[in-house]
Amino acid sequence: MTLLNPTWTALLYLAAAACFILALKGLNSPRTARRGNLIGALGALLAVVTVFVSVKLDNIPWILGAIAVGSGVAAPVARRVQMTQMPQLVALFNGVGGGAAALVALLELSHSDDPWVRLAIVFTLLVGAVSFAGSGVTFAKLQGLMTTRPVTFPGLPALMALVLLAAVGAGVVVMLNGSLVLALTLLVLGLAAGILLVLPVGGADVPIVISLLNAFTGLAVAASGLVLGNVLLVVAGTLVGASGTILTRAMAAAMGRSVAGIMFGAFKGGSTAGSTAVSERPVRSSSAEDVAVLLGYAQRVIIVPGYGLAVAQGQHTAAELALALEARGIDVDFAIHPVAGRMPGHMNVLLAEANVPYESLKEMSDINSDFRTADVALVVGANDVVNPAAKTTSGSPIYGMPILEVADARQVVFLKRSMRPGFAGIENELLYEPQTTLLFGDAKDSLTKVLGAVKAL
Amino acid sequence: MDGMSLLTITVLAVFVGFEVVSKVSSTLHTPLMSGANAIHGIILVGAIIVAGQAADPWVLAVALLAVVLATANLVGGFVVTDRMLEMFRGRQRPASKVDAVEPAEERRP
Repeated sequence: MTLLNPTWTALLYLAAAACFILALKGLNSPRTARRGNLIGALGALLAVVTVFVSVKLDNIPWILGAIAVGSGVAAPVARRVQMTQMPQLVALFNGVGGGAAALVALLELSHSDDPWVRLAIVFTLLVGAVSFAGSGVTFAKLQGLMTTRPVTFPGLPALMALVLLAAVGAGVVVMLNGSLVLALTLLVLGLAAGILLVLPVGGADVPIVISLLNAFTGLAVAASGLVLGNVLLVVAGTLVGASGTILTRAMAAAMGRSVAGIMFGAFKGGSTAGSTAVSERPVRSSSAEDVAVLLGYAQRVIIVPGYGLAVAQGQHTAAELALALEARGIDVDFAIHPVAGRMPGHMNVLLAEANVPYESLKEMSDINSDFRTADVALVVGANDVVNPAAKTTSGSPIYGMPILEVADARQVVFLKRSMRPGFAGIENELLYEPQTTLLFGDAKDSLTKVLGAVKAL
Repeated sequence: MDGMSLLTITVLAVFVGFEVVSKVSSTLHTPLMSGANAIHGIILVGAIIVAGQAADPWVLAVALLAVVLATANLVGGFVVTDRMLEMFRGRQRPASKVDAVEPAEERRP
């Protein structure tokens, strides 16, 4: 088979790189986002076809088989995943990408005699392994395979420092003599560093860590591009590394956190207050009919959706309830906290699925002053994002995170499964306030009952 | 390609990367992250090159593992992003006018 000449190859890679830039640009606006994503996929397809026709490859049947296995596993999973489990899936895909970059670098070691290329190999190995192991831990945290609370132990910072020091040492030796054994050691050290990096991060901050590890994988891919002398990998990896960094900072800012604070807060200690213990203090719980009366005779209702709504798949019922209330002449809005659910934008996606119009979804900064004039704030399966501890308790893991000011509403109704605290593992004082009413149960069941009772009013 | 050109390209790509996401609303943070996640799955190209040049069966095995992982990242990443963005249909613009692309059925009665 004749191979494509280098000029054409470079042009096709350039086109693929342009597709990636257009993809990220398109993802900036809801109107162009889907098209942007398709353009990105097209660029990827173009690049993969290009590599097959431009490089002399052996083992092609094996490679095609491996691609078939990879897509055969990933595509159905991605297609069928529950919207609530989306974040951990993104973490998983990110992790395997980092792992792939590390493996590529490992195999290239025997082909390289330039110390600078070996430096790029060392970087890819280490960062790829950190991303792989770190994403694995975030996946376990989000999937509920391990505790979502920060995991720390005495000596963690010292251990981390030791691992990093050893990694630098091994890296220098690999760079100088290309030792395969030390490269494997480096891989193991990278995995350890990834685990140690993510363990102390509290549940509520996990989305930001996913974004950070995403940027890491981008950098690993860029470095592997330097190793292979492949411009497309350099451009695509750098793009993701840079945009991922900005995105991580934007997400952290939306939560009122600093990235350094999230990554190192637990190392410093003292920021892990909180308890999963269920308190025995009395609360006011009530029936669906009572809640329906509260809602049905209000003038302004603000619904605050959270992860519980997503888990219960109650978004359609919530949308119906909003419709039923509006039919009674009540002003209804949805207040969307930037990190409600498990990831920024999670709630918007769910409620858009239930055809709640864009105009009813209010961002936190726009609606926070409206709670003062609201008769009822209906909190459906949210907890941490309305927890006043974020403002008042300086030792709390969520201290400093902006919250929705539901406490300003005349009445607050919580639809909750139980008194168990939210993702961050801290109690919510608001549950014990006199203006608060609780309705226990699965969010969808409760909403259905309330909806029925509102219609019967 | 020589080192200086690669460095130039890298630095320019950093600025493009900063620029394209500088003003995105928090609504789209998740799909954007997921889309960027899919893009770094292009490491598949590197994995294919390594697998295609492998002579030793062990090297081939590791390289094929890299191909599987990279494909999962690339394909899964784009598919899951598309899944998320599917949900954004029907709320195209904050404008209250019903537009031609999405008929009235997408809106509330």
